Order: sequence, then structure tokens, then C-alpha cells
Amino acid sequence: MSQSLYEQIGGEAAVNAAVDIFYRKVLSDERINGFFEGVDMDKQAAKQKAFLTMAFGGPHNYTGKDMREGHAHLVARGLDDSHFDAVMENLAATLKELKVPDQLIAEAAAIAESTRNDVLGR
Amino acid sequence: MGYTIHYNGKDYDCGDTETVLDALLRHGESVPYSCKAGVCHSCLMQALKGQPTEASQAGLKETLKQRNFFLPCSCVPQVDMTVALAGEAELHHVSAEVIDKTPLNAHIMRVRLRPEGEFSYHAGQFVNFFRDESVVRSYSLASVPALEDFLELHVQRLPGGQLSPWIHDQLAVGDKVMLSEALGDCFYTRRDPAQPLLFIGTGSGLAPLYGIVRDALQQGHRGPIYLYHGTRSREEIYLVDELRELAAAHDNVHYQPCLSREEAAGFAHGRANEIALERHPDLKGWRAYLCGNPNMVEASKKKIFLAGAALGDIFADAFVHS
Repeated sequence: MSQSLYEQIGGEAAVNAAVDIFYRKVLSDERINGFFEGVDMDKQAAKQKAFLTMAFGGPHNYTGKDMREGHAHLVARGLDDSHFDAVMENLAATLKELKVPDQLIAEAAAIAESTRNDVLGR
Repeated sequence: MGYTIHYNGKDYDCGDTETVLDALLRHGESVPYSCKAGVCHSCLMQALKGQPTEASQAGLKETLKQRNFFLPCSCVPQVDMTVALAGEAELHHVSAEVIDKTPLNAHIMRVRLRPEGEFSYHAGQFVNFFRDESVVRSYSLASVPALEDFLELHVQRLPGGQLSPWIHDQLAVGDKVMLSEALGDCFYTRRDPAQPLLFIGTGSGLAPLYGIVRDALQQGHRGPIYLYHGTRSREEIYLVDELRELAAAHDNVHYQPCLSREEAAGFAHGRANEIALERHPDLKGWRAYLCGNPNMVEASKKKIFLAGAALGDIFADAFVHS
């Protein structure tokens, strides 16, 4: 019996542990934190949680269309590959900090990577 | 093209980006409301026809959601709707008698109320205070249920305001007023009695903090408690003697009044939030309570989070004190 990625990473408890670390990294990252100015922190944290759940292979309701619509206003403000790369770095650093094995980090990164074109509206 | 809202026997148009509340107010209907941000629940309505949006039901109790209650201030309709104000039963209104009115300084009136019948709450929660059916404002509770048998509000006079000048000038001891049930999740929970607690308040945002600090002590909180209260001048700060006495009586309580536009002995000079963050640069493991000026609250929330406090450990009154 092989466990799913979500189970191996640690399920919802892992997401809860990751969300504060990840969000703190994103807000501290000068390359991307301008996109989060004036955003309600609790609502944003809920979105980060949904994003991390998806990246961890957990249950989610995201569709490509949601990804496009949810980021269209940011694309209009200049969101591009460099910003997406920064988020990917923060994701990997968060998982490393939580001592998630490299193999699982790579799997989570691949799931997040699969949203790139939708997020960037291409 | 928006949708049609049927209310009070009339049809009203609602713009594509307009909320149900804004549409009704624009058409001259009188609907109670306060925060316009989905927090205070004073505009609660029931949809008799047409499904309310998900956003307009976020934060409502399951039982209310199932019966199609929603918050018109957060509902940009996606269908034609027929709506009605929520009845008293849903709003849990309570009548309360004014038992004391004492000015705390030139701008802030302490109002003590005795609810008729049972009223359960946590120190730091807020109530909606009704002047009549359409004028309502939210006020935080400064009292502590285990210590006091009255409800205490600190009402700052806002010139031109709909409710605060009336409370200051017209409301009299012996008058009866209507209150909502206590709302909000900014209060003390005894999860870890040794956790350091940081309180930052400006102006009458001290009210809930005054309640929460005393509630925490009453529940046996042992960890350090730091309270920073800020106003612009000596004339605006209040409860200084009471809080100094509280700090003198409890080794773990540290109280720092701050004045941003005046230097005076015994007061720190500067903004309360900036002084607090300068003195406590590492907040990992701390819990924080913020109340007062909305810009201060938002900015401090972010700084406290970046200083290491978990998001779930940062409590702030979400409504605007006005």
C-alpha cells in the first residue's frame, strides 16, 4: 500500500504548520510582497492554506479557470514568471524548514508548477 | 445590468457591483447597519426568494445559513432576490437599563448597563447598540462577566456621529436600550496560562483590552502581560490610574501609556504600536490583541506576524470604531 503524497507529508496538520511559515516568507520577500499590500491577512491566509493543500496533493476545488480569474488583477499589475519563481522558492524553503524529504518536496513543487500558465494567464 | 431586489413590497434595481444593502440605502430604505464589512451582523436579512451569495453567509451560524439568512452588506446578488429583515428572534435582542454614565475624559463616556435577563459574553466581545430600528453602532465590552454584573462601554464622542453624541448628551440613567447578543472572537482563552500576551490599543480601543486583561488575570494567567495604550495627548488618555494600580497589584502586568504628540513624565513619547514593536522585536510564541484605529490595527497585525507570532495568535476587532 503506497500512501498518497498528502498523507506522506502529514495531511492537514502539515498544511497548518506550513501556512504561517510560508505566508511569513512571502510577506517578507521584497520581490513579491508588493502584490500583498492592503490585502486582508485572514482571507489571504485561508487562500494560502488552500494553495498549500493543493500543492501537497490534498483535496481541493481549484480549476484552471479559478487560477486565471483569481490572478488576472495581479497579471494586469505585472505578475510574471519571476514572481511565480519566487513563490516556488518560498514553497520549497517552507517544506525544507519543516524537514519534509527532498523527494516529497519535488512532488509538491511539480504540482504547484503545473498551475504556472493558468496563474500567469497564458 | 444588475438584478432586482424585492423588499418591503417594492422592486429595486441593484447595480452589478452593488451590494443589496447599498442598493436599498440608495433607494431610501431604512435598514439597520453598522460595519458594512460582514462583521457586526447588524444588517442581517433573510432571503425569501433567490439564493444569497456564499460570501454573504460566511461567518453565520449553520442554522441561519440553512434558513437563507445572509448579510446584505456583503451580498452582490447573482439572481433576483426577495428579502426581509431578520426578526428579533434571530437577532437575539436584549433590553438593558442604563445604570451609570460617567465621563472618563472630555471625549469618552463610560456607560454601564444592566441587561434584563440572562446575557452571556466574553470580555472583549462587542454588542450592537440600537438607538432605534435603523441607527445602530458596535461597541466593545470593557466589563468582565466574572467580576461585574453590568456591561461597560466606553463611548467616544464623534462629532456629527449618529449615535455617540446622542449617548453623551441625551441618554439618561434609567433609560432602556436594545442590544444585540455579544459578538466577535477577540477574547481570552486559557490555552496556555504562561504565554506572553501583548495588548496594543489606541483611543477607546482600550475598552475591550481593559476587559480582556482583567479577564485573563481572573482566569489565572501567569505569563507576562504587556499593555500599550496610545492617544495623541494627555487630555485624551484615560484609565491611567486604574491601570497603574492593576500593574502594581500584579507582577506580570506591565502597562505603558503612550502619547504621540506630547511629552510628559510617566508617558512614553510616540505611537503605542511602534513603541511596543521596538521593545518586543521577537514575538515568536506570543499572543497579541489589537484594537482601535483600523490603520494601526492592520499595520500592526502584519508586523506582529512578521515578528514571529502565529496568525492564529493575533486577535483584532475587525470592526471600525466609529
